[in-house]
Amino acid sequence: MLSVGGNFPEYAVPGAKQVRFEPYADNGGSIVAIAGDDFAVIGADTRLSTGFSIYTREQKKLFKLSDKTVLGATGCWCDTLTLTRLLSARMQMYEHEHNKSMSTPAVAQMLSTMLYYKRFFPYYVSNVLAGLDADGKGCVYSYDPIGHCERSNYRAGGSAGAQLQPLLDNQIGLKNMQNVTEAPIPKEKALALLKDVFISAAERDIYTGDCIYILIITASGIQEEKFELRKD
Amino acid sequence: MASILVPEVPAPGFSFENCQRNAFLANKGFPAPTATKTGTTIVGIIFADGVILGADTRATENTVVSDKNCQKIHYLAGNMYCCGAGTAADTEMTTQTVASQLELQRLHTGRTVPVETAATLLKRMLFRYQGYIGAALVLGGVDRTGPHIYCIYPHGSVDKLPYATMGSGSLAAMAVFEAGWKPNMNEEEGKKLVRDAIAAGIFNDLGSGSNVDLCVICGTGPAQYLRTYEEANVKGRKQGSYRYALGTTAVLKQRVIPLEVTSVNICCPQPMEVEPSHSRR
Repeated sequence: MLSVGGNFPEYAVPGAKQVRFEPYADNGGSIVAIAGDDFAVIGADTRLSTGFSIYTREQKKLFKLSDKTVLGATGCWCDTLTLTRLLSARMQMYEHEHNKSMSTPAVAQMLSTMLYYKRFFPYYVSNVLAGLDADGKGCVYSYDPIGHCERSNYRAGGSAGAQLQPLLDNQIGLKNMQNVTEAPIPKEKALALLKDVFISAAERDIYTGDCIYILIITASGIQEEKFELRKD
Repeated sequence: MASILVPEVPAPGFSFENCQRNAFLANKGFPAPTATKTGTTIVGIIFADGVILGADTRATENTVVSDKNCQKIHYLAGNMYCCGAGTAADTEMTTQTVASQLELQRLHTGRTVPVETAATLLKRMLFRYQGYIGAALVLGGVDRTGPHIYCIYPHGSVDKLPYATMGSGSLAAMAVFEAGWKPNMNEEEGKKLVRDAIAAGIFNDLGSGSNVDLCVICGTGPAQYLRTYEEANVKGRKQGSYRYALGTTAVLKQRVIPLEVTSVNICCPQPMEVEPSHSRR
């Protein structure tokens, strides 16, 4: 629709004028998390962008919340920063109150509550939480922006989430295949698959690229890894 | 009424018969599908012996890359090429239409068509459609008056410049030109500058990507179309293998239609007659 008033101010007529408030930005980025029997891996690309331009090629989007829990968050970057800051503060309060650190399922539940608290002015963030649960098993929790939470063994989120998830469904969930036997995914295979799906995402999603930053969570601690992607 | 004796002559130009219906559907919450854009970096410069055009090769549909290696430098005539940014279909159809008009003009006059003719045809067509044909063009060519670069905007305005950029990566590319362009560069310098400008677009503009295409048009000799002059981005190497074992895909339904062979007839095809039998009577 052509707006005469916008393009030709001298033809504007007096009347109600609507001023839009746009509090959200989309800064792109993708996350993939895979849980195994005794580990969880989570990776996110390091490109921070808006519209057609790149803010930085080296923004880490994974947050180590404890030595057993990592949160990956993409979407509106300022919301991500606020949410993770608040999350860490709440975790610290829990620690002081109960004299122990929060388990991953507890963090997962708290994140859901915190997101729903902002039901009508949500954090514009795609969250994927990965870690080890109280039994030491790998777990992945995924969220929508207003607090729906689901536990699973693998999950893709962010701008290329819809492109990545079907590949994970097939390769880890063994969907749409017959004569296959389900077996727990080994750490090396999870890591290779994570890199491979990001290679594919960087081919087709303009907001995914530059690098991936991977965290491998095991009982002995959290290991870091970096992997280069295409830069265009 | 159309009949065999009086065939209906198709109306020239575009058909607008579905406009009202589509507006109605959009109002009911069924918006029209989006067109493929070439969210692009395209450039052109004048150097000592002619012009050099450059383009990236990414085409996008919103945030998804729809073509990783598309051609954005279009043929207009032997002495002219035209880079296109904007709606992919519009840039292709506009340049094809004008290319055919230019060829007719060349046959009619028996001369090399001047670049200005192409610029005029393009701007007239784009102006006639009031910007609804979303084609932003960089036209480059050489004629008897020398090398020319034209910048043609979707609404039909034209710039005649020694170096020009267009598309979403135009700022990145122009930054390179403003820093590096000088008059009378040799071919190697020119190609390097154009490559650098396109690379700036590829790496800094998310709408541009993949490879660098170049086209060098000199006054002497035919134009050199350098498709994939440089592969600026190499696809990552996968670690795993994603081949499926035989029998992985389920067969849901099976039906065999028996074909009964009743008789076999073999005939050898006769060699085609090259000269028409009744050509000389």
